[in-house]
Amino acid sequence: MIYFDNVTKVYPGDDLALQDVSLSVEAGEFVSIVGHSGAGKTTMVRLILAEVAPTKGQVSFESQDVHDMSSAKVSELRRRIGTVFQDFKLLPNKTAYENIAFAMEVAGQTDEEISSDVPHVLDLVNLADKTDRFPHELSGGERQRLAIARAIVNQPDIIIADEPTGNLDPEATYEIIQILQKINDLGTTVILTTHSQGVVDSLKKRVIRLEEGRIISDTKEQ
Amino acid sequence: MSLAIDFKRIIRAGFINFMRNPVVSFVSVLIMTVTLFIMSSLILLNALLSFSLAQVSERVDINVYFYPDAAEVETLTLRDDLGLLPEVSSIDYTSREDAIESFRERHADDYLTLQALDELNENPLGASLNIQADETGQYASIVQYLETSSYGALIEKINYNQNKGIIDRLNEIMITVQRLGTIVTLFFVIISVLITFNTIRLAIYGAREEIAVMRLVGADNKYIRGPFMVEGILYGISATLLTVIALIPITLWFSSFAKTFFGGIDIFAYYVTNLPQIIIILLVAGMLLGIISSFFATRRYLNK
Repeated sequence: MIYFDNVTKVYPGDDLALQDVSLSVEAGEFVSIVGHSGAGKTTMVRLILAEVAPTKGQVSFESQDVHDMSSAKVSELRRRIGTVFQDFKLLPNKTAYENIAFAMEVAGQTDEEISSDVPHVLDLVNLADKTDRFPHELSGGERQRLAIARAIVNQPDIIIADEPTGNLDPEATYEIIQILQKINDLGTTVILTTHSQGVVDSLKKRVIRLEEGRIISDTKEQ
Repeated sequence: MSLAIDFKRIIRAGFINFMRNPVVSFVSVLIMTVTLFIMSSLILLNALLSFSLAQVSERVDINVYFYPDAAEVETLTLRDDLGLLPEVSSIDYTSREDAIESFRERHADDYLTLQALDELNENPLGASLNIQADETGQYASIVQYLETSSYGALIEKINYNQNKGIIDRLNEIMITVQRLGTIVTLFFVIISVLITFNTIRLAIYGAREEIAVMRLVGADNKYIRGPFMVEGILYGISATLLTVIALIPITLWFSSFAKTFFGGIDIFAYYVTNLPQIIIILLVAGMLLGIISSFFATRRYLNK
């Protein structure tokens, strides 16, 4: 589903982020990418989302080079990928309901679909009573659950969660991991980046370890 | 998905953003109001100067003085002939009797002059014609007609040449003032347009994180840019409203002293009479400024 073929990424100032990375993620997998800060985890996510282009090599989504796409195609690709970030990346001037509705609107859903699906997905992440709250009125865990709700509402092919638990307390972390696992159980591919060994251990799924931009291990499901 | 639904959603998002960012909206509207205010000043200044120029032109005329012994029948024929010229807009005929009478009235307190006049035993004044043309430039041809026609012998004096210098100078001054006024106001218009553009750019710069998030969830350019352009339109509409309201007391106050200075134009009455056109001009200018500023300000965040 997602393929990295000898990918190297060097940021301006000779800042080497990834070096000769090759891997593939198949549909339905739950893959954790583990590494310290600066190991290259976020760069991998940004490459998949076509936010940055590789210096060398190719990143493909279903056999299509994501960096050889028109801007409209990139938007289409991003609508097929649900993203969850450490800093939530919610729209601050929109309520919980509107944040999710926006993702559905840009995906071309009808008003009827929006008004039936948004409450449902908010209920799934236990935010049914926070519909009209703005992101700044929610706790960290609630914001992340809202970000997950937004990521899954369009039933994407894949969910990419970049350090989703980085800013959360252990209880909220546990909740988020549970939700991601449930999403994967329902058939959606999940890529999770984290620096927390505890999170990875609790999952017992495929783990890719990154160090200084290189893959140092890739252990299959335990 | 239908274009109508896209359109509806973009307009709704623009309205919501406008309402939920009251400080940004307030500042942008205020800056745009200043721009529109300067634009309307340009319109009003032009009207004021054009009116004054027209007034000056209207005051320009020529007087044709006939010899005292010129036959009245002939002078009247000349008057009628002149009336047929397309350049002539009005002619006033002053007979010899009227001339002496008004002379006496003017010198009612001047005993010596009146006594001298009485001693003459006859009317020394000739009849005269006061001619007004449609445009200042047409006097030369009227004068030429008079001088070359068969009536030339009846004419003692035409005061065109005396007035010509003053007329031309006045015209020049008015045109220079009008041109200078336009240049100065245009300069301010350009400056304020640039300030408005930068204010909107700053407002959108403040929303760059939001734009990045929208892009991440896969929003098309129209979904990102559209609401900002709607906001730009709302800035334009609000600023027009504020400008139009602010101009009511200002023109009213200005009218009170400008009336005497600029030769009778009532700038408030002019403003009220031309309000529909002024509103349309300001509305179009404001909305265009909002749309174009937003369009260019969002461009740099969309091409990444």
